[in-house]
Amino acid sequence: MEQVMTNSLGFPILSTLVFLPVVGAAFLLLIPRSEEKLIKWFTLAMSVITFVISLPLFTRFDKTTHVMQFVERHAWIPAWNINYSLGIDGISILFVLLSTLVIILCVLISWNSIKAKVKEFYISLLIIEGAMIGVFCALDFFLFYIFWEAMLIPMYLLIGVWGGPNRVYAAVKFFLYTLVGSVLMLVGIIVLYLYAGRTFDIVELSTKMYPYEMQLWLFWAFFAAFAVKVPMFPVHTWLPDAHTEAPTAGSVILAAVLIKMGAYGFLRFSLPILPEASKAMTPVMLTLSVIAIIYGGVICLAQTDLKRLIAYSSVSHMGFVTLGIFALNIQGMEGGILQMVNHGIVTGALFLSVGVIYDRTHTRQIADYGGVASVMPLYASLFIVFTLAAIGLPSTNGFVGEFLIILGGFTANQWAGVLAATGIIIGAGYMLWLYQRVFFMETNPKVAGLKDMDGREIMALLPMVILIFWIGVYPDTFLGFMHKSVEHLIARVNTGGASGPAIARNIIEVIR
Amino acid sequence: MGVPMQFVMPDLRPLTPEILMTVLSLLVLLSDLVIKRKETIALLSILSVAAVAFTFRDSLGVTFNGMFISDGYSRFFGIIFVLNVILTVLISVKYIGIERVNFGEYYGLILFSTLGMMIMASAGDLIVLYLGLELMALSTYILAGFIRYDVKSNEAAMKYFLLGAFASAFLLYGTSMIYGLTGTTNIKAIAGYILLHGLMGNPALTLAMALFVVAFSFKIAAVPFHMWAPDAYEGAPTSITAFMSVGPKAAGFAVMGRVLLDGLYPIKPEWSAVLIPIAILTMGVGNIVALSQTNIKRMLAYSSIAHAGYALLGVIAGTADGLASVMNYMLIYAFMNIGAFAVIIMLRTEGFKGDNITDYEGLSKTHPLLASLMLVFMFSLTGIPPTAGFMGKFYLFMSAVNAGYTWVVIIAVIFSAISAYFYLRIVMYMYMKDPKQEVAISTSPSMSLALAITLFGVIAIGVLPASVVHLARIAFP
Repeated sequence: MEQVMTNSLGFPILSTLVFLPVVGAAFLLLIPRSEEKLIKWFTLAMSVITFVISLPLFTRFDKTTHVMQFVERHAWIPAWNINYSLGIDGISILFVLLSTLVIILCVLISWNSIKAKVKEFYISLLIIEGAMIGVFCALDFFLFYIFWEAMLIPMYLLIGVWGGPNRVYAAVKFFLYTLVGSVLMLVGIIVLYLYAGRTFDIVELSTKMYPYEMQLWLFWAFFAAFAVKVPMFPVHTWLPDAHTEAPTAGSVILAAVLIKMGAYGFLRFSLPILPEASKAMTPVMLTLSVIAIIYGGVICLAQTDLKRLIAYSSVSHMGFVTLGIFALNIQGMEGGILQMVNHGIVTGALFLSVGVIYDRTHTRQIADYGGVASVMPLYASLFIVFTLAAIGLPSTNGFVGEFLIILGGFTANQWAGVLAATGIIIGAGYMLWLYQRVFFMETNPKVAGLKDMDGREIMALLPMVILIFWIGVYPDTFLGFMHKSVEHLIARVNTGGASGPAIARNIIEVIR
Repeated sequence: MGVPMQFVMPDLRPLTPEILMTVLSLLVLLSDLVIKRKETIALLSILSVAAVAFTFRDSLGVTFNGMFISDGYSRFFGIIFVLNVILTVLISVKYIGIERVNFGEYYGLILFSTLGMMIMASAGDLIVLYLGLELMALSTYILAGFIRYDVKSNEAAMKYFLLGAFASAFLLYGTSMIYGLTGTTNIKAIAGYILLHGLMGNPALTLAMALFVVAFSFKIAAVPFHMWAPDAYEGAPTSITAFMSVGPKAAGFAVMGRVLLDGLYPIKPEWSAVLIPIAILTMGVGNIVALSQTNIKRMLAYSSIAHAGYALLGVIAGTADGLASVMNYMLIYAFMNIGAFAVIIMLRTEGFKGDNITDYEGLSKTHPLLASLMLVFMFSLTGIPPTAGFMGKFYLFMSAVNAGYTWVVIIAVIFSAISAYFYLRIVMYMYMKDPKQEVAISTSPSMSLALAITLFGVIAIGVLPASVVHLARIAFP
């Protein structure tokens, strides 16, 4: 079954988005190292231009169909039937936009804090942007893998070169964890490719049938790569180190986009290509998700390091995401996707905020803070918005996502829903406590006399505030993108397997 | 009176490249007497192999009753050998001056060794194979010990020679057994005889096969016949280490493909049963021992052992795709490995060895361009896209999975992930540490050219592998 694929723009917009930053990085190579100002402005200009170019995706996207849009397709390695094909649907579009936005903020927040090897830093940043967008746009499994892995190189450098004191350990750990997962997936991809008649086309792979036994093996091969990236319990241990040691921009990219790739991988590959195995493995995945939610939350309570706390809260939040996805119903999945975006915005914003104050104090210890609200009132008021969004207060984006996920989770498995809800309570506990310790209480002498945020820093945080309320108040702008794609995906999961239709009808009825 | 013997002149066209190569090698050797500037000799040798490469296209054919085969397969390897010579000569020009061994014979020996490799790749007969192998090996022994006053270089040559001679003996022993069994040394005819007389499972044949595998394993430095490699690689002049790690290895794979897939294909189950454990051990030992090395040449020696293990997967697959993936990999390996050795050579200056891993500390600060090149080569050796190393490994893995060896591939990818650790360590030293000492580098135009070629190869094959893959695929009938 060949899907009709369209490109309404008649312009290779996705390729432009992928390669413009890379070309920008190449230009940066030519700028002399001493021209730091020029390098920064050039990078900022590149990232803004890329963002502007990505906006037509938002306005011209056809929400009434699940087929891939803005498609480009060229033969790349004919001998292996590999194509350079890009395209986005309702699941991936938001992440492309998120990526282009986040890089601008990363450039802004790094403006003064990166002092060594400035040129290399911004080159890495732009290459990361290209690879990230490529991951979300690739419609060829091989191409996807290329972007997925290519991302590792600049990210490794970002953590290892510009990170905190323990950066080398964190960078190597990050690299090895991800690489082991990825190469196992590679074997899975090859097996799939050979079985499916030598094709890497994701759309085509998602319409074929595979033997159940093989699906199970492949599910775990893919799991190795995606679960590490998410990160799911118990392979999450690289995340706290990487998040904590990375420079602010690195943490933001990790939190906002990079770990979304894992969940995106489940949505794009595991579910549609291996529907029966995904269904069979739902109990395992739900259990791991719930463990991540509660375990991640409880660990947060014990953290003394600001960034580490937020890192563990990511584990907990990503538990919600995988819970929503593997609830395998519309609410859960839409909630999961929206929560991926939300988490990108909120945790990205939290890391940006931590970067703001870290630039002033150069300490990440919570104990070194206290009473910041009286010194930096504007900063404190923005931070509370992010805190409340992270908790999931109504009218912020976190509420919409978590509500949908718990609804979906409850439908799939009551226990999962109930336990996940307790995760929100724990979340409120550690986030509010964190806020209290940093912003209220006695003013710590270490923070006395700090200057409040300047225009650049406000610019870096303001888009996040707007998005938090936008999604919180009118989520349909964003949910609207994904309805058709999610319906299509759910239908594929439920009917794709041989034993599908009867159960599928039941489930669809339950949902309605 | 009998009828006078009719002498039929055999068709020499398939031999054109080899004949030309012989003539030119001799000329280069003799030119040393009249040309005083060694750079000119280097240029001459590059021009010679380039001229030889141009004769490849029109030389296709079989001659001397099937003893010599010039086909896409042998000529693809020929391109690798030519590339190997060009790159080696480019990185040698200044280096052998620094090592104070700037003698003209150096280039002549490289050319003779390469002639041997070309004959190996084209051998349709076990005797021709042996001739080529000895020509290659003897020249390389001398090259390994080229720094006469250096004990380590002497040791390298000695070890390489003793174990190499040992391997040759295995090869001859295997050949004689095959001859005893089948009455022929022609590789194609051997397969025919085995099939015709149902020799599959014959213990003597199995033994002969085992002897061949041992001999080839010595040449490609596969475990447990790799013992000579680390010492030889460390002690030999660095440019020759680069040369040895690509040329003889590629030639070893070329004859391995020819003998196992042509001559002994009827007993494929048996030789693949021997090769699988060898491949796994090779990847395992190569990658794990490399983790603990402090000398970068030694580290790359173990890495080169590991890469032979990956490439063995293609032979084990035993399909046309498998061999194509080996050829593809050897070409890619030539680019990335010689690239890495070129960087090592640049750190070698008068009075400074620069082959310790700690010498790379903070290189990104003192020599950012050089560090970024090394970064690319290291990631390519790890097999991270979008570098060529990934494409090469991917093809090997794909052909092995296709032949039904999924579990071996799983082991291979795990070892490949482990290897990331020691390649990344170099990157870590270059980018994440501060320089402890001022490291000077020796630059020269020829070196820059070599680095440009290798970088181009690594990136171009990584991004657009289509044409190379196509070339490798059509090479094997």
